[in-house]
Amino acid sequence: MQGKQTVRVANGQGFWGDSILGAIRLTEEGPLDYLTLDYLAEVTMSIMQKLRMRDPKKGYATDFVTLIDRILPRMLEKNIKVVANAGGVNPHACKDAIMEVLAKHGASGVKVAVVEGDDILDGLDGLMSGGEEFKNMDTGEGLTSVRDKVTSANVYLGAFPIAEALDDGAQIVITGRGTDPGLVLGPLIHEFGWKVDDLDKLAAGTVAGHILECGAQCTGGNFTDWQRIPDLAMIGYPVIEASPDGSFVVTKHDGTGGAVDRSTVLHQLAYEMGDPNNYITPDVIADFTSFDLVQEGENRVKIAGVKGSPATPTYKVSMSYADGWKSVGQLTICGPDALAKAQLCADIVWKRLEFDGFSYSDEERLMEFVGAGVCHAGLLEEGAAEPSEVVLRLGVKGPDKKKVGRFGSELVPLVTSGPPGVTGFAGGRPKPSEIVGYWPALLTKSKIDPSVSVFTS
Amino acid sequence: MPQTPLMRIAQARSGDKGEGSNVGLIARSEAAYVFLKDFLTAERVQQHFAQINPGGVVRFEADNMRVLNFLLDNSLGGGGSASLITDAQGKTHGLGLLRMVVDVPADVLDATPEGSFQ
Repeated sequence: MQGKQTVRVANGQGFWGDSILGAIRLTEEGPLDYLTLDYLAEVTMSIMQKLRMRDPKKGYATDFVTLIDRILPRMLEKNIKVVANAGGVNPHACKDAIMEVLAKHGASGVKVAVVEGDDILDGLDGLMSGGEEFKNMDTGEGLTSVRDKVTSANVYLGAFPIAEALDDGAQIVITGRGTDPGLVLGPLIHEFGWKVDDLDKLAAGTVAGHILECGAQCTGGNFTDWQRIPDLAMIGYPVIEASPDGSFVVTKHDGTGGAVDRSTVLHQLAYEMGDPNNYITPDVIADFTSFDLVQEGENRVKIAGVKGSPATPTYKVSMSYADGWKSVGQLTICGPDALAKAQLCADIVWKRLEFDGFSYSDEERLMEFVGAGVCHAGLLEEGAAEPSEVVLRLGVKGPDKKKVGRFGSELVPLVTSGPPGVTGFAGGRPKPSEIVGYWPALLTKSKIDPSVSVFTS
Repeated sequence: MPQTPLMRIAQARSGDKGEGSNVGLIARSEAAYVFLKDFLTAERVQQHFAQINPGGVVRFEADNMRVLNFLLDNSLGGGGSASLITDAQGKTHGLGLLRMVVDVPADVLDATPEGSFQ
């Protein structure tokens, strides 16, 4: 397998909920060796744990199964390999569903690998009694305060288990929680035979993964000068052409919408970057201040010279826990005097709730007048024109589900018992939903043993 | 010196980072970067976002990318799923920073034609 001079890796799914069209079109509109797909966010793992508790065959990204059903013929014809973290908290159930799709298409002899070892929910107490504190990385607090409310706990695994699965001949690799850039770095390790001490190359693959991980965000999506980006509707998802020395070109398939230039790529490099000198993954610490970025041609940006340093001795752990309840609802208030009437509506809701014995502190409640400067509060010029209508968003949160739930029934009555021009209540009464608390922590690497298993259709 | 919105000389993208947001600012030209690196301190950004971010601001620099990266500590109304606010991921904070009105020296404006990226 080794000896290729250029490997093409794309990302067709930037996050849970991204369009299925990006991935489908990547398999159809140009050359490709690897299609990576990112389905997981912190909150997703907790939702998937709940689904699995209700049904042992659930707890993975079902969108992935739908996608494979649609792209399988093209995947096999062009020998495109797929790496996806679609396994969630139940990667074997995901694999079983994929096997059914392969059988349905009569595709035999296709190897599907499962990477696991990231899910530490069941082993949490053992790890704690073994000395792991799981201190919250943001607050320094010990886990004991929320231990009995933890609903998911997963380690961010690195790229080497993915490379191992590909070494074993897998055409489809299903993982649980891993780093997002690892989905891209794994195939490069496999193709180019990079080793754990090839730090600059691992860092280069990590930078490539960071650029790809949000899909169309590096090809002109969510871009400051949006007016100059052609055909956003048919935006091309990103492809890198990687070389064995670690340099790579960011591009997209010919004829697709969007744009790849230094500024669209820089937008994504700066996204959620944190400290650019120390971009930490379990495989390497990448230095985002080290490389050069050159426009090499139309829709082609080359990155070379990435430097890396040795990884830390810990894995990052992402835990979620039940953290109370919240409820948010909205009404549209039409002018004249939209803002004044919306403010009156908010007052009315809180007064009626208080009359019935439910009062909420400022920390427990939200009032937003959308259309009158919410996202950019305090950043707008004074004396803006009166909005023609305002969306009144009210919300409450807290540990008491009943108290949070009571709020929802005082919103819609404003239609008949408030000022005129209140509408937009089609959603009915807002209902309380559970708040998923996020608990980032660290774990000694030697406590985890990632494993790879391969199945053949 | 002419008063101009930051968007005239810079671009930006933002997103969530824990209970705060990561606001990456990209200078449109080398001259703009040199000016911004000196002018746009963490304190100035903190003041700008005072209503949105009751927390502190830390600044990082990446000269190779002409990027100033700002971490706003507490700008998401609690962050993640606990937040009730509309922009619970800080997706609009980049544009919010670009709304800052700044005295930009004329030579920086001359070196950074409107709408360009060099």
